[in-house]
Amino acid sequence: MENIQKEARKRKVKNFLNTFKGSKMGMTGAIILGIFIIVAVIGPIVYKYDPMDFGSGADVFNPPSMKHLLGTDDMGRDVLGALMAGSGISLTVGILATIISMILGATIGVVSGYYGGKIDAFLMRLTDVFLVLPWLPLMLVLAAILGSSIWNIILVIGLTGWASTARVVRAQTLSIKERQFIERAKAIGASSGHIMFKHILPNVFPLIFANTILVSAEAILSETTLSFLGMGDSLHPSWGMMLHYAFESGAASIGAYWFLLPPGICVILVVLSFTFLGYAFDELLNPKLKGR
Amino acid sequence: MSENIVEVNNLKVYFEMSDGLFSNIFSKDKKVTKAVDGVDLSIKKGEIVSLVGESGSGKTTTGRAILQLVEKTEGEILFDGKPIEVNDKNYMKKFRQRAQMIFQDPYQALNPRDMIIDIVAEPLEVNGLISYEKEKKEKVIEALEWAGLKPAEDYLYRYPHELSGGQRQRVAIAGAIILNPDFIVADEPVSMLDASIRAGILKLMVKSRDEKGISYLFITHDLSLAWLISDRIAIMYLGRIVEMGSSELIVGSCLHPYSKALISVLPFPRVRKNKTRTILQGETPSAANIPSGCRFHPRCPIAQEICKEKEPVLKGIDKDHFVACHFV
Amino acid sequence: MSLLEVKNLKTYFHIKAGVVKAVDGVSFTLDEGKAIGLVGESGCGKTTTALSIMKLLPPEGRIEGGEILFDGVNLVNESDEEIRKKRWKDISLIFQGAMNAFNPVIRVGEQIIEAIRIHEDVSYDEARKRAGELFELVEIKKDLIDRYPHEFSGGMKQRAMIAMALACNPKLVIGDEPTTALDVMIQAQILDLLERLRKEMKMSMILITHDLSVMAETCDYVAVMYAGKIMEIGKVEKVLENPLHPYTDKLIKAFPDIHGEKVMVESIPGVPPNLIDPPSGCRFHDRCHCAMEICKIKEPEIIQIEDDHKVACHLRGNCHE
Repeated sequence: MENIQKEARKRKVKNFLNTFKGSKMGMTGAIILGIFIIVAVIGPIVYKYDPMDFGSGADVFNPPSMKHLLGTDDMGRDVLGALMAGSGISLTVGILATIISMILGATIGVVSGYYGGKIDAFLMRLTDVFLVLPWLPLMLVLAAILGSSIWNIILVIGLTGWASTARVVRAQTLSIKERQFIERAKAIGASSGHIMFKHILPNVFPLIFANTILVSAEAILSETTLSFLGMGDSLHPSWGMMLHYAFESGAASIGAYWFLLPPGICVILVVLSFTFLGYAFDELLNPKLKGR
Repeated sequence: MSENIVEVNNLKVYFEMSDGLFSNIFSKDKKVTKAVDGVDLSIKKGEIVSLVGESGSGKTTTGRAILQLVEKTEGEILFDGKPIEVNDKNYMKKFRQRAQMIFQDPYQALNPRDMIIDIVAEPLEVNGLISYEKEKKEKVIEALEWAGLKPAEDYLYRYPHELSGGQRQRVAIAGAIILNPDFIVADEPVSMLDASIRAGILKLMVKSRDEKGISYLFITHDLSLAWLISDRIAIMYLGRIVEMGSSELIVGSCLHPYSKALISVLPFPRVRKNKTRTILQGETPSAANIPSGCRFHPRCPIAQEICKEKEPVLKGIDKDHFVACHFV
Repeated sequence: MSLLEVKNLKTYFHIKAGVVKAVDGVSFTLDEGKAIGLVGESGCGKTTTALSIMKLLPPEGRIEGGEILFDGVNLVNESDEEIRKKRWKDISLIFQGAMNAFNPVIRVGEQIIEAIRIHEDVSYDEARKRAGELFELVEIKKDLIDRYPHEFSGGMKQRAMIAMALACNPKLVIGDEPTTALDVMIQAQILDLLERLRKEMKMSMILITHDLSVMAETCDYVAVMYAGKIMEIGKVEKVLENPLHPYTDKLIKAFPDIHGEKVMVESIPGVPPNLIDPPSGCRFHDRCHCAMEICKIKEPEIIQIEDDHKVACHLRGNCHE
């Protein structure tokens, strides 16, 4: 009988994938993101990059050549290699920070919406504070206090990015809370925790998922910004760090476009891919919700 | 041990209405909606009692108040002879296992993301009544088959949106019965189903009373369905019971002017031959503006001066026949 | 000549999953001043039939065959412009759930005045006077025409809906479940009102309902629909006293009769068929307790059994328990 269950799941996944393939935006986003993920994972294995390889003194700011496909940076290091290593950092930071944001935001949103009253009022005022505070100065201050290690950066981005998710989840919770299957759950003796996490959360999940994708884009941008401003972790050079070094070393005035442009373009492409995916999921998951 | 599974004495459920931010701050009187305004009711073990009324009568709120899904404002609710200890967590856990509810909308009462097996097993899981995985499946199959969904295996791994309205309601009933409750409040369980499917659900309810001794409070606006399956009927108007008695009595020889009007107006599938109908004027007033004296007096065909001043009390005419009217 | 003659109407919906044959060969006539009830359960095609007559189908719906003769003119072939002129002036609709039919931000009276002035060349004041009269006709206080829909109760909204439908003195009114979701007492008031108005204004009416009892109160004729087809059609007394089709019989038995014996109501096993791929032969055969071999193969035609009483069944009324 478990086979029926597996068959049902397979059917659902298949249907979903088929519809997804129909969305041009979604496919574009998925392909671009897929390429970056593959590069991040496989790149370092296939293309050896040594951040300590400064070459000879003359290798500084070399334009693209056969030896260095994207030229060299201000210290004679291979730009392409740095780019590939950076993709791993940027993506990882973005995704981990997003996970923290989403868990915080979803939990606060569900608890706030479900309990209402004073708990709701308190949590929502807290959310308002985080929504209203200018995130950049906040992050800079936190980064300055906590230090620039990669884990602190992830934490900082995660702790400042949850507010919009909380709002959105709370709104959806308020509407789901009124549906009769929630009343039924109360009638059969389910505890509040059970209702919140077994009934409300799964029904809010499509919303959270679509939101997650967009928050990821924001997280990556946040990390890039932090690093660009010099708060990044120099042991884990992300694209933002590369941009930071590029500006610091005057690549613009030298005209070393091969060092200046690629990291920026990569960030734009990744953020765009997340955005496309976000739109596609929104389309996909909404009509399904309506149909049910 | 009492012979009544549920006893309700002078139950009142009032809701405060907020008229907007400014009136909340500046006005002293808050508008109060008296959804249930003094209801006395008892349900014997193994009995099916119907609470019949139109919208605004308070019947749904009464049912929810008995099950503690809505807070009561005043009055006493006894379950199996003892008051319901709302603050005792252990008591409430056991209470919830013994008193269940069936909801009106089969499309809304089931979590659309859960499989049928999980929906039906949930009452057991939430109360820690399942020890191993196989037991879960066995109990769910048993419940589904009892509710008429055969072969049960076909339904286990489906989702609510794959089932018809009637099938969903059977799933809901299976989920309520699986705990072996003593008492079920059925809130308009068939009003959203096609007429040709209603019989199946109604028969299921009667079967559960006959085979398992489950008592029912059947809430409905349809007097003919109430007549069909219940032992006793209580007719509610604007928060109070106006007449109560056996179903034959109520349909055959009711005394309250509201009951009489309801009966005369009930449609049935035959061409009406000269039966006069008492069609009342106007509509049921809002529960926030209850008329003085007898709340039915503005629409009553036989209202007199006393009806505007004094509210009639539900008094016994016969054994088991109660009416609230000055002229009976 | 009859006011309305529907001949072999076919309305299909073209959706992604296929073609839904929602109405598949429906025929009936309606004389002036008479009322016919289209009775059936969800998905039988009764609402689609009404929308086809008004030509208010959604984009996926198309009339694929048959004729709708109104006052001798075939509405199927009429241009959109012509139909627009006829709408409300000749044929009007009382919607299911009056809540949906009124614009919540415009006063109710204004909406009625709008309906009048679209079709008749009258001054604003004239139309306003008419709106007030219409309100009185449906037993609402005249001065309430300046209120908004949310200020009306459920019953009053339905009356306002009727007032709107009668605004241009139509020859035919289609009521789509006009009393569903209303309390029993208000339902009685509305049905009573409709009856009175119909007789006074000599209007014809098509009443769409799933509730056989409601139909029995108001109609002269009844057409029982199932899966896009008419199963039985005739004078109300004849069909209810002597149902010839097993579906009609079961449907009647699904409603309790408090003036009769206390017998448990019956249900019909199974579910209505998929209209993208309807069953062969008689569409009711898989749920029919009298089904014979021929029922699975050949679709029965509508035959007259007695005066004003026709049925589409191979058993010709000889299905007994």
